[in-house]
Amino acid sequence: MTSRWKIILIGGLVFLVLAAAIYFPILRRRVKRAARLQQQSEEQARRELTQPIAVNPGDPRVKTKLFWVSDAIDSTLAPVTVELPLSNDPVLRSKQVLNTLLAGPVDAELRTLPPDALLLAFYLLPDGTAIADFSEALATSIPSGIVSEQLAVNSITRTLEANVPQVQRLKILIHGQEVETLAGHLDLTGTFVVNTQPALAPVKPASTSGTDKPATPAADKPIAPISGTVAPDQAPNKLAQPERKP
Amino acid sequence: MIGLLSVALLTAVMVSPSHSSSQTQQPATGATGPGKLAAASPQGVPGSVASVFGGQVQQGGLNIVVLDPAHGGTDPGARGTGGMRESEIVLDFATQVRRALELQGFQVVQTRQGNENPSFDDRSATANAQRGPVFVTLHISSTGLPGTARVYVNSDLPPLADANGLIPWDRAQAPFLGLSRTFGDLVQGFLTQRFKGSPDTAQTASVRQLRTTAAPAIAVEISSVTVEDRADLDRMAPGVADAIARGAAAFKPSYVVPNTPGAMP
Repeated sequence: MTSRWKIILIGGLVFLVLAAAIYFPILRRRVKRAARLQQQSEEQARRELTQPIAVNPGDPRVKTKLFWVSDAIDSTLAPVTVELPLSNDPVLRSKQVLNTLLAGPVDAELRTLPPDALLLAFYLLPDGTAIADFSEALATSIPSGIVSEQLAVNSITRTLEANVPQVQRLKILIHGQEVETLAGHLDLTGTFVVNTQPALAPVKPASTSGTDKPATPAADKPIAPISGTVAPDQAPNKLAQPERKP
Repeated sequence: MIGLLSVALLTAVMVSPSHSSSQTQQPATGATGPGKLAAASPQGVPGSVASVFGGQVQQGGLNIVVLDPAHGGTDPGARGTGGMRESEIVLDFATQVRRALELQGFQVVQTRQGNENPSFDDRSATANAQRGPVFVTLHISSTGLPGTARVYVNSDLPPLADANGLIPWDRAQAPFLGLSRTFGDLVQGFLTQRFKGSPDTAQTASVRQLRTTAAPAIAVEISSVTVEDRADLDRMAPGVADAIARGAAAFKPSYVVPNTPGAMP
């Protein structure tokens, strides 16, 4: 190889190295931007999937008991009372209290449910059985263990018990599916007892108009399942499975 | 040379740990799958003579403890700092619990010996195939006060409604709940003596593993994988083993062993 060719070869290599040095940061920025866009679209899709519960300013502000952990290392629940505008409709009311529970307490260490978990749907059958469908994060982000999984379920059932008397039993689904356990320990195949005493007010169909009225004991007519409730024959299977006191 | 290597390799395979270890014990034959368990027999009478499996049944009461190191295989369970895995720690704990139980005269059957992950039903089947065992599933939590241990028994299950006297597989624990509570309280008592801050009595929870187990059954959960040093957990193992062994020994007189595997107490 002549010295002329050597110079051309070295020059070519230097050019390639310089080109790579200039292009590499640009490529890295593009990859980062693409990843950010994908994350944003996932977040957007998740938000679209779970429309925020409309708060009706006309709803009365009531004292609401939410159950979180009493302290960071203790394994017991303690009620925290907050004033919230709550609907009188049991389905909307359940969604409101559960979303507040999911949002967590001021002290993040006292939360019982993962911060990225979402309530995807909530149904109430005329017999008082409620079905709460949570996003997969409830199962994947919760600390594994009997104690932590039981605290999570107990915080949900006790919060419903304290605020929605119409809910007598609760079935928990993960992303629309029945699962065997929450995160390897706690049994989710059955229903959990919420209120042992039947509610004084009958289950009222959910209203989408935002003009909720208090449920009245006089409403003894058959309840037609409409938006927010499902008929027994539409319910997921195995709802007749044994109830368990959490 | 190649021939010598082949012979050496063959010998090594034949003397594999799974055959040489006295700890390896396969579940008894006759394990029933999900569905219905064996027909319920009348109240078990100690000293019965005939077994449905043809052999002479053991005289006396409780003699078998089925030990279940939870998780395993692709399921590591709780994961702690420094890569600690619940599935590995409980397997080490099980070795010590086994030794303590054997010193108390119990025969121990493990649901897994290594890094396998039998299903919940397979683990229950290991217990349900035995005649009158007790079942202990071992867990390490990822929360809770480090250095404490809790015993769980299954939450209330509705009464049996099967007219044929069969125990439904998915509620196999139902007739044993009272016995499980007695056993659980005993073990919890011994644990609390050793590990301050633990509860005084057994807790109730809907533990999936316990529901399909037709025997007095408890879950023991130790806190926690969040400790900075694995040695902190390892130091608890002898105390946990001793508490379970003493609890089983104290429970023994109060358990009338049924005649057949999976039969009602």
